[in-house]
Amino acid sequence: MRRRARDVVMGDTVSRGTDTAQPPRRARDAPLNWVVAAGTLSGVGRAHYGGPVSDQTGPPPAAPAPVPPPDLSAALSLRGLWKRFGQKIAVAGVGLDVPTGSFFGLVGPNGAGKTTSLSMATGLLRPDFGTVHVHGTDLWAQPERAKAELGVLPDGVRLFDRLTGAQLLTYAGLLRGLDRDTVAERTEDLLQAMDLVGDRDTFVVDYSAGMTKKIGLASAMIHAPRVLVLDEPFEAVDPVSAANIRDILHRYVDDGGTVVVSSHVMDLVQRMCSHVAVIAGGHVLAAGTVAEVRGEQSLEDRFVDLVGGRRESEGLAWLRSSSASS
Amino acid sequence: MVAQLVRLKLTLLANTFRRSVWQTIGLVIGSLYGLGVLVLVVGAAVAGGTADPVVTGHVLTVAGALAVLAWWVVPVFAFGVDATLDPRRFVTFAIPRRTLLAGLALAGLVSIPAAVTTLAALGVSFAWWRYPAALVAGLLGGVLATALCVVGSRAVTTALAPLLDSRRYREVLAIVAVVPLLLIGPALGWLADGVEVTVDGAGAGALGSAIAPLAQAVGWTPLGAPWALASAVHDGAWALFAARLAICLATLALAWVVWDRALARELVTPHGGGSSATAAKGLGWFGRLPATPLGAVAARTATYWVRDPRYAASIAMVPLLPLVLLAVGTTSGAGGGLLLVMAPLAAWLLGFGISNDVGYDNTAFALHVATGVRGRVDRWGRVLPVLVGGLPLCVAFALVGCAVAGRWDALPALLGLTVGTLGASLGISSAVSARLVYPVPKPGESPFKSPQGATMATLVAQMATMGITLAVSLPTLALALPAILLPQAALGWAACGVGLVTGALVLLLGVRWGARTYDRRLPELLQQVMAFG
Repeated sequence: MRRRARDVVMGDTVSRGTDTAQPPRRARDAPLNWVVAAGTLSGVGRAHYGGPVSDQTGPPPAAPAPVPPPDLSAALSLRGLWKRFGQKIAVAGVGLDVPTGSFFGLVGPNGAGKTTSLSMATGLLRPDFGTVHVHGTDLWAQPERAKAELGVLPDGVRLFDRLTGAQLLTYAGLLRGLDRDTVAERTEDLLQAMDLVGDRDTFVVDYSAGMTKKIGLASAMIHAPRVLVLDEPFEAVDPVSAANIRDILHRYVDDGGTVVVSSHVMDLVQRMCSHVAVIAGGHVLAAGTVAEVRGEQSLEDRFVDLVGGRRESEGLAWLRSSSASS
Repeated sequence: MVAQLVRLKLTLLANTFRRSVWQTIGLVIGSLYGLGVLVLVVGAAVAGGTADPVVTGHVLTVAGALAVLAWWVVPVFAFGVDATLDPRRFVTFAIPRRTLLAGLALAGLVSIPAAVTTLAALGVSFAWWRYPAALVAGLLGGVLATALCVVGSRAVTTALAPLLDSRRYREVLAIVAVVPLLLIGPALGWLADGVEVTVDGAGAGALGSAIAPLAQAVGWTPLGAPWALASAVHDGAWALFAARLAICLATLALAWVVWDRALARELVTPHGGGSSATAAKGLGWFGRLPATPLGAVAARTATYWVRDPRYAASIAMVPLLPLVLLAVGTTSGAGGGLLLVMAPLAAWLLGFGISNDVGYDNTAFALHVATGVRGRVDRWGRVLPVLVGGLPLCVAFALVGCAVAGRWDALPALLGLTVGTLGASLGISSAVSARLVYPVPKPGESPFKSPQGATMATLVAQMATMGITLAVSLPTLALALPAILLPQAALGWAACGVGLVTGALVLLLGVRWGARTYDRRLPELLQQVMAFG
């Protein structure tokens, strides 16, 4: 899967595999449906941007062909995001609109560019090209204003783990400019909600992986942001905590908040999210409501069709006999 | 399997060349340094052995014993110095333990320090080139000594692994390690004194008579026995030779058994399980400092200076400073006057402590980026705790220094120099740390573990910080030094004024420049620390 993903990144095999043989997809059939009925998502296919992705080593083209204006009413509106690391183009013209009040899932294989896209969407990574608007505020032009509306749980970064759980939440709250009483109140609520009350005075460095994820999630939520961007929020979290967190997120969405999560678990996204975008090789392959994207199939089957890379399971014949022989 | 482990180690070593240019340069510099030491040691041994084999034999025994001791002890303090072949990584492969042990032992020889030790151990044997029998014994001793180094160090680290696995023990140990490190300076001074005395006195004969009893004693320990084999043969003391050989072999066997047992236990003990969790009540500094972003950053910084061993190690160094200076002062004959250096030195150390603060944060810095902390807030938040805690301390040091040295006349100049140094080093650190970030031990690692790669980047950043700090302190120094040394009271007051003004000015400008750079490069700073992995 990983090798496959890189192939797509490098651009030489973009159309190899199954996707050319697929029946027409709604998202790609209507590349210009930027203005759709309220509440649904504008589909953005890679055909839409049509950047010369076959260019392997050269710089990304300066102006990827006509990019529609950002949707200022969307919670998060990405346009023409490009990012290159050395020889590798990690993100090649990603455009997405996350409608306000949606529960938005971002799915893709390993190395698809999910984390890179989310980092650029939250101000952690400066894009080579492209714009990000958070509720109409240009993130890279007015970072302070836009970041105030965002709650971010990045994947694979440390926390200030020499602080206790309560101290870390307090720190995050104070950095966001909340006053002492509000911080104290919300710290209690969040510790309660994340089932971490008993570990409030334990150093975060001594937390388990799941507890660390939960305390990171809590510190992303303490300032009641309008948009939550969570990279792999359920990794290593036990099922009970995960269900609790899902409840919290659903309630948050019901109250008008917007949640963006990235995940590998298709089943979870299908059950949990209202909208979904499939991203692979640095491109958005499909985007829309979950029903639109998956059609008649399950999201997982649809995903595999879109991304490709499934093998017939004839391989590793020796593996089946090895259990008997050893 | 043994050959495969050795090949794996060689591949890993070769791959370090391919990882990054800086790492390659670091490895090349390391190799050249090792080679230089090697040539020097072997050359000195051969020359000494030609002139006076008996004394050379004694010196080799003592020096060799120190080398073995270093092999055994250093990895404990700098745990994980060479974790490339961590036995835990082989847990899932069903390798017979005997084979694994032999493979790890041989693979342990594949590294720059091991190669240098092996070559040096064999090379110094040629001090006996005039006495073939002693030369053979020396070569045998060299092989045994190398084996003792590698097997002994593995045995010690593996046996202590459960202890080192606990975060608290590791951290305490890391801070304790500061003490011997600081004593290296005075010890060297003492040694130099000793050599000077002997050279002034009866020359090599005196050195020989001084070191002989020491070498005799060390020769009976497992550390010195392999190095003393050749001496015994040279003296024709075959019984002594047999006894020392027995000590070597017994120690080697014992170390092997200890390693074997410890490895057996480690392979079935899951890593990091059941570590005792530590706790702190309440909010600490967060409850005491103002509830603003600036107060929060300051509270976080203050908490880390005490709780993070990487910072705490540099705090631990400060109270030891007067002791070390006093020791050096009395042994070198400079007397208490040396204590005048204490205050500016402490000021500089404290300021230098934050010169790579973003590097110390590592990727936890993402929180500052995600929340959009302003540069002014971030920079002042890091400076203020050090300034508020450090200023009284440095002034106290200056007062104590003047009192001990009996030089109250030097106080104005010294105060100016101290406060000026504190302000300058804090200001320059704030500016540089927003621009140059270099890899440091990650949170939770030993403060003395040198991170892989980027030796040059570290060197450049540290040199820049020190150089600029020195440059902006020059006016104060130019006034304070003559004021203290001549002594010259009027100059002293001028130095006081200039010091206070430059300190404040550099601090303000440094923080402002640092804050502007920070605001401009916030995501890039994060990407830099992300790249450290």
